[in-house]
Amino acid sequence: MTSAGLFDGLTATEREALLRASHEEFYEDGDRLFEEGGHAGYCWLIRNGRVALDTTVPGRGHVVIQTLGAGDLLGWSWLIPPYRWHFGARAVGTVEATVFDAAQLKVLADQDPRLGYLLTQQLLAVVLDRLQSTRARLLDLYSHD
Amino acid sequence: MTEPMLPVGYRVIDRTVETHDSATIQLEPIDRSLDRFRPGQFAMMYAYGVGEVPISISGIGDDGTLTHTIRSVGAVSRALHDARPGTVIGVRGPFGTTWAPEGAAGNDLVVVAGGVGLAPLRPVVLSALAARSAYSRVVVIAGARTPDEFLFRAELDAWTARDDLDVELTVDQPAAGWDGTVGFVTEPLARLRLDPERTVAFLCGPEPMMRFSARVLLRAQMPSDRIHVSLERSMKCGIALCGHCQLGPLLVCRDGPVVTYTVAEPLLTVPEL
Repeated sequence: MTSAGLFDGLTATEREALLRASHEEFYEDGDRLFEEGGHAGYCWLIRNGRVALDTTVPGRGHVVIQTLGAGDLLGWSWLIPPYRWHFGARAVGTVEATVFDAAQLKVLADQDPRLGYLLTQQLLAVVLDRLQSTRARLLDLYSHD
Repeated sequence: MTEPMLPVGYRVIDRTVETHDSATIQLEPIDRSLDRFRPGQFAMMYAYGVGEVPISISGIGDDGTLTHTIRSVGAVSRALHDARPGTVIGVRGPFGTTWAPEGAAGNDLVVVAGGVGLAPLRPVVLSALAARSAYSRVVVIAGARTPDEFLFRAELDAWTARDDLDVELTVDQPAAGWDGTVGFVTEPLARLRLDPERTVAFLCGPEPMMRFSARVLLRAQMPSDRIHVSLERSMKCGIALCGHCQLGPLLVCRDGPVVTYTVAEPLLTVPEL
C-alpha cells in the first residue's frame, strides 16, 4: 500500500476530506505507536522509517512479527469490532507518518458510501498483501532451497 | 572449452564457513584453467570418489580462481562443503547462460535473493559495484530464514554501509538483537518505487520466492523480459546431451539457468515439471 494506492480512484474532494481527517506525526526510535489490546482509533501511512509490529511472549519480551516501511499502511483493527489492536507497534529509528483519525474516517465512509467502498477496497488490498507474505513465510522456503 | 566432460583439477585454497550448513570455497587451477566464468553460470564440481553436482559460481577471480558457495544437503555437496584447503576437486564448465549484468547498464538494477540464492547473484552485485557509474540505482534485497543464515554476512554489512547501494536484509524469523526488517522479500520489494521501463531485476532463490517476487514486479508494470530468474534442475552432463535437466522445452544446463521471466513463467506453475 502506497500513499498513491491509498488515494487511488478518489476525487480531489474525497482526498481533501481524507487529509482533513489526518495529521503528521514524528516518532523517535523506540516510541510505541500503540499497544496490543489497546483501542484502535487511528491508522498510519508511514512516510519515512520503519515500524515493527510485535507481541509479548513470556521470557522473550516484545517479539517482532513483521516490519513495515515507507509507503505502508499501518493498522486496520479500527475498521472491525471490537476495535482493539491485535499487536503492538514500535518505531525503529525515526518515523514520519500521516495519522488518520478512525472515527472521522468512519463518519466520512458513512456519509459517502462510494468513498467508504474505495477505502475498504484499499484496506482489503493491504490485508491481502500481508496475508500472502505471511503465507510465503509459512512455507519456510529457505530451509529447503 | 575443449573437453567439456573432462574434469580439470582445482585445489581448494581457502574455505569460509558462512552458516551452519553453508561454506564458501576458493579454488585455484592446478595445471590449467577453465574458460572464464560469467555471473550466473555454473560448474559441475566433482568430489573425487563421491560424485559430481552443479554449483553456481559465487566469485570470479581475475587470477583464474573460482569461488563457490555450497550448502551441505547430500553426500556430494557435503564432501564439497567440507573440503579443506589442499583438497583437489574436479571442475567442469563454465556452463549455462549468464545474468549479463552489463546488459542492464543505464538502468536501475534490482537484485532479489532468497537463502542461498544470494550466491549466484553475488557476482552480479560485485560487477555492478566495479562499474557503478554504468547503472542508476542499485538495490539488493536479501532474505533469510533467520539472521544467522545470511551468506556473506561481512560483505553484506559492507554493502549496507555504502551510499551508492540500497541494501535491505529481511528475515522470516527474527532473533534476539535483530533490529532489521522482518518479512518476506516481497514486502521490501513492493515498497520500492520502480521505473518499470528503466529497471532490470535479477531474482534467485526457491522457485516460489521467485514467482512471488516476479508477481510484485509485474504488478508494478515491469515487462516480464526485464525480470531474470535462475532455474535449478538436475544438471548432469552440463552440455545438453543427457536430458536430466529438461524443463518443458528447455535443457536448463544449456538454455538456463538464467532465463527471462517471459520464458520461465509458464514453466514454473506446471506441477509435473
